[in-house]
Amino acid sequence: MDELPIRSGDDVVRVRQQVRTVAAENGLSLVDQTKLVTAASELARNTLVHGGGGMAGIEVVKSANGRTGIKLHFTDDGPGIPDVNLALTDGWTTGSGLGLGLSGARRLVDEFELNSKTGAGTSVVVVKWSR
Amino acid sequence: MERVPILKIGQTLFVSIQIDLQDDTVLRLQEDLADELATARANGVIIDITAVEIVDSFIGRMLTMIGSISRLFDAETVIVGMRPAVAITLTELGLSLSGVRTALNAEKGLEILNGKA
Repeated sequence: MDELPIRSGDDVVRVRQQVRTVAAENGLSLVDQTKLVTAASELARNTLVHGGGGMAGIEVVKSANGRTGIKLHFTDDGPGIPDVNLALTDGWTTGSGLGLGLSGARRLVDEFELNSKTGAGTSVVVVKWSR
Repeated sequence: MERVPILKIGQTLFVSIQIDLQDDTVLRLQEDLADELATARANGVIIDITAVEIVDSFIGRMLTMIGSISRLFDAETVIVGMRPAVAITLTELGLSLSGVRTALNAEKGLEILNGKA
């Protein structure tokens, strides 16, 4: 698994570029690449802005029926999300955004798992499968 | 941090985004455009995103805000050259870019600003 730090806006751009490269190499369509990179951008920004920085992991996985997928991990040791269901609601926001980051990212991928506890950081794992 | 150049041709400000946008770069562009609009007597802004591979919720919000800011200076903003994959992703993300006009390319964008469309 490729691991990349998320400590600055430039790091967010690097994560996007690396996700794009891995997704293209593993046969995701252009639209699916774009969806995955956009989701990665939202999640990496959350890691930076709300988590105070963290790590991104990029992994190539195989399904039982032989499909290739790209699995992304985003982890931080930030303050965590007190109400995960609320945070996944369209329009819910802590700041000046539109509140589409987390909920939008979930719509752009095939699998989405969010674990967070107040004071114990946040981890988001997503998968996009090739068609 | 990289900066996105703003060109003035006639009464129109042209912005062609050729780099991988990070949040600070977009914020800077917003400020630079507001400064230009306040001093340059432009009646329109064309933002060419042909080379932009993704528009996420932050970049989308900034584009919408640029549209609102230009209206305060009596100028209209037209976003041109959106890639099909970007359009599909934006829609699924739930962003509509309300308040800014879009056109297929810079030429059509100019026609809108010149009142021909």
